[in-house]
Amino acid sequence: MDAILLQILNGLDKGSAYALIALGLTLIFGTLGVVNFAHGALFMLGAFCAVTLNRLLSLGFVPEDASATSVGGFSFGAAKETPYVEHWFGESVGAAIIDWSVPLSILFAIPVMIGIGVIMERGLIKHFYKRPHADQILVTFGLAIVLQEIIKFYYGANPIPTPAPEAFRGSFDFGALVGFDPNTIIYPYWRLVYFAFAALIIGGVFAFLQFTTFGMVVRAGMADRETVGLLGINIDRRFTIMFGIAAAVAGLAGVMYTPINSPNYHMGMDFLVLSFVVVVVGGMGSLPGAVLAGFLLGILESFASMAAVLETLPGINQIVIYLVAIIILLTRPRGLMGRKGVMEE
Amino acid sequence: MGILEIKNVNKRFGGLQALGDVNLSVAENTVHAIIGPNGAGKSTLLNVLVGKLIPDTGSVMFDGQSVLGRKPYEINQMGISRVFQTPEIFGDLTVLENMMIPIFAKRDGAFRMRAIGAAASEREVIEQAELMLESLNLADARHDHSAAMSRGNKRRLEIGMCLAQEPRLLLLDEPTAGMARADTNNTIDLLKQIKDERDITIAIIEHDMHVVFSLAERITVLAQGSPLVEDTPDKIKGHPKVREAYLGESA
Amino acid sequence: MLGLTKKDFALLLVVTALALFAPFILNPFPEGSGMAQFNAGYPDLMQRFAIFGIFAIGFNILFGLTGYLSFGHAAFLGVGSYAAIWMMKLLTDNILPAMLLSVVIAGLFSLVVGYISLRRSGIYFAILTLAFAQMSYALAYSVLTPITGGETGLQLKLNDPRILDAALAPGERANANLFGLDMTASHELYFGAWQFTFNAGYYIAAACLILAFYLSIRIFRSPFGMMLRAIKSNNTRMTYTGLNARPYALAAFVISGMYAGLAGGLMVAMDTQVGPERMFWTASGEVVLMTILGGAGTLIGPVLGSGVIKYMENIISKINGSILHEWFSWMPDGLEDALVTLIYPFVGKGWHLTLGIVFMLVVIFLPGGLVEGGQRIGRMFRRNGGASRAAKDIAEQRNPAE
Repeated sequence: MDAILLQILNGLDKGSAYALIALGLTLIFGTLGVVNFAHGALFMLGAFCAVTLNRLLSLGFVPEDASATSVGGFSFGAAKETPYVEHWFGESVGAAIIDWSVPLSILFAIPVMIGIGVIMERGLIKHFYKRPHADQILVTFGLAIVLQEIIKFYYGANPIPTPAPEAFRGSFDFGALVGFDPNTIIYPYWRLVYFAFAALIIGGVFAFLQFTTFGMVVRAGMADRETVGLLGINIDRRFTIMFGIAAAVAGLAGVMYTPINSPNYHMGMDFLVLSFVVVVVGGMGSLPGAVLAGFLLGILESFASMAAVLETLPGINQIVIYLVAIIILLTRPRGLMGRKGVMEE
Repeated sequence: MGILEIKNVNKRFGGLQALGDVNLSVAENTVHAIIGPNGAGKSTLLNVLVGKLIPDTGSVMFDGQSVLGRKPYEINQMGISRVFQTPEIFGDLTVLENMMIPIFAKRDGAFRMRAIGAAASEREVIEQAELMLESLNLADARHDHSAAMSRGNKRRLEIGMCLAQEPRLLLLDEPTAGMARADTNNTIDLLKQIKDERDITIAIIEHDMHVVFSLAERITVLAQGSPLVEDTPDKIKGHPKVREAYLGESA
Repeated sequence: MLGLTKKDFALLLVVTALALFAPFILNPFPEGSGMAQFNAGYPDLMQRFAIFGIFAIGFNILFGLTGYLSFGHAAFLGVGSYAAIWMMKLLTDNILPAMLLSVVIAGLFSLVVGYISLRRSGIYFAILTLAFAQMSYALAYSVLTPITGGETGLQLKLNDPRILDAALAPGERANANLFGLDMTASHELYFGAWQFTFNAGYYIAAACLILAFYLSIRIFRSPFGMMLRAIKSNNTRMTYTGLNARPYALAAFVISGMYAGLAGGLMVAMDTQVGPERMFWTASGEVVLMTILGGAGTLIGPVLGSGVIKYMENIISKINGSILHEWFSWMPDGLEDALVTLIYPFVGKGWHLTLGIVFMLVVIFLPGGLVEGGQRIGRMFRRNGGASRAAKDIAEQRNPAE
């Protein structure tokens, strides 16, 4: 029992990331009818928002009064930089700000990612609404390469460790909290934070679509693009904003993922392929399907990584998602929650 | 016994009875029109005939064989060709190539690998195709991209492609929808010519009464998923039930 | 001639001439000159031109004709490579059985993948093929390590059984050969300051390329090819003309898979090693890129596209900061530095950035690729009668009298 719970918990963080990326992919596909192969790159850009903010905050200078630490002409501490934030806000507040750079990046990433999303849509994607899906795939694939190569140029090819705040590092005994034997389920704090954060974002997106007029129009658009197109009113601008929101969701997923996996330039591509599989399994065009499939496949992957499973089926963790996707597509082409008529022949 | 026998066909979509107990017999070598107001179930019936939809109950026999459960291409190979509301042609191919493909399909069946010989050396196929294009007055355009043709010529080409397969039953789905008057009249003339020159049964779904009364030998009126009346064009013209179906309760 | 129209035969002759004289054509600059770095006439690169040309020609039969976009063709290339290396390890160093097996195995594998993937079309098809390819990559990387050598891949070893071959003399290495002709054997020709290299392996690959190109012309012009174009053009009309589109598409898929297998087998024949990265999905993306860049659906396009990409990859990734400074040294210092800073991200390790940008530009502005670009330029020069030209071209190739 506790082993099962542990695997479910272990699957949550990856599942959350899949669900968030798949949610954005589905929003874009459902509203704009565009298959966005650059969506993984948006996830990656979000992660690098966190890296960038961390670097900005850590920018420092060598204090004027460094002589205080010099002894007999040798200035031992002279090379030590003091970050500006510590200088401005005092040492303890400044250190706390740096420590909390990842959560703070959320505030930084939202406007940046919405901006990137809007520019992408207005500058490129817009011109591809009427082109064949193959062209959409190809141009966004090219864009993904360009984005990741730009990041590689400026940040290098190696993963950049970006730690969580001190308070959330380490693990805690989750099992004991819910009544299992102590030390059976040890769970890192940050993963729980990530899951809670993902749940919040997903809830937010759904509430937004459910309870605002804007959301109503978007949902109607996903149900029947042509009819809503006939209504005419500002539908273009709404779609642009929707693209921005989807970009922000992917970006935030990336921001918060940095402490779990140190970001590198190709992380987006790695997640993209799986997120597409998630979208297809969930059902093209179904938002709840994307979320459900994201978590299911994340957890499934985690179960497949159990030592007992790997003993009998070595390497199954590497391929289980693809296998499931192939089986689902063949037996239930519409996916788990896909509606009839969406992307069918 | 007609060439096409539809018996007790029912089809529901959720709560909507799209087809209710449809019985219809199309006699060989006639032009049979199926008319009715919007939502009468004409398109649903057509989709059942070509294998795109499977009815909930009932039987559809073509020339003594059931078409139900067969794939559209199999039904086509049985001898039923379909002309679409908006012309469906191979827009990226030349007019001549468009005409060659149904002739290949007729000769080679649903699938045959002919990957080494050149299409251009299939003399018989090309001759047949050119003959057909001449009879359609499209021979001059044979090396043009078919997508660049006028709507009326696309329609002619599509009808010609169906005829090239020498079908026994030709289904036409509102063949003059959205056409200018001149194109409509051209299409009517073409269909009359086909009717006179060939042993072929034509079933036509149409809104335009001018087209229906110019061509049809028998007419079935469909309303709310069921056949209302079936008769000759002269009798249908003055039929009170038909007026009621078309003009509503007030008539 | 050879069952081709005059025009197609001329095209075949052009490709044949390019392939045969590649060692001259690609080495226009004398050794030791500043421009020698732009020479591409050395065996390793020429082999890649031929191999990726074959890969792209095959991919074009699927994508260019039917419009089905596969994002997993590298898997077939990889499978072909593994099959070939095992043949060379177990049976003989002769590359002929290895290449035959790689074509057969890749064909069988693509039959399975295609049978399943072609049950869906459009985006679903692209994602299914992508999923299959990624799964193959993951399998080769981990689970199938006993067969694939995992991350390190497979190489020819001294103690391989090679049951048909005589035991190696001490100090002798196992060499890929064709009935004794060593793939690495080269003949150097000096002509003044120029040096030309004729490599056995390259000519084997070039022969395969010419054959592959010839076959693709035959397929393009055949009734089968016409059916494939019909699928791309209008699947509905295809179905309602009594044609079953799926076996046609599957046949195209398998043929293109076999081309990929041949390319994979040739790779092994040239460098006698294989690793799983060959199957990674970016490798599948690369062949899509080559085909589009050259011109999908055209005969010569994939050959051009693969050549251009492999050449640019090789040349651009060699350029570094000091070379750039050398180039612009005649400029005022400030301007020189500015230009170098501006260009630097796109060369050397930044080659992929250039590739991505070129790719986007082609998809946006020139969906027909280089071939369409060439036609547009050609049309600009002979404006008059331009409209009827396309029709006349088709008329010419249709003319059965030739």
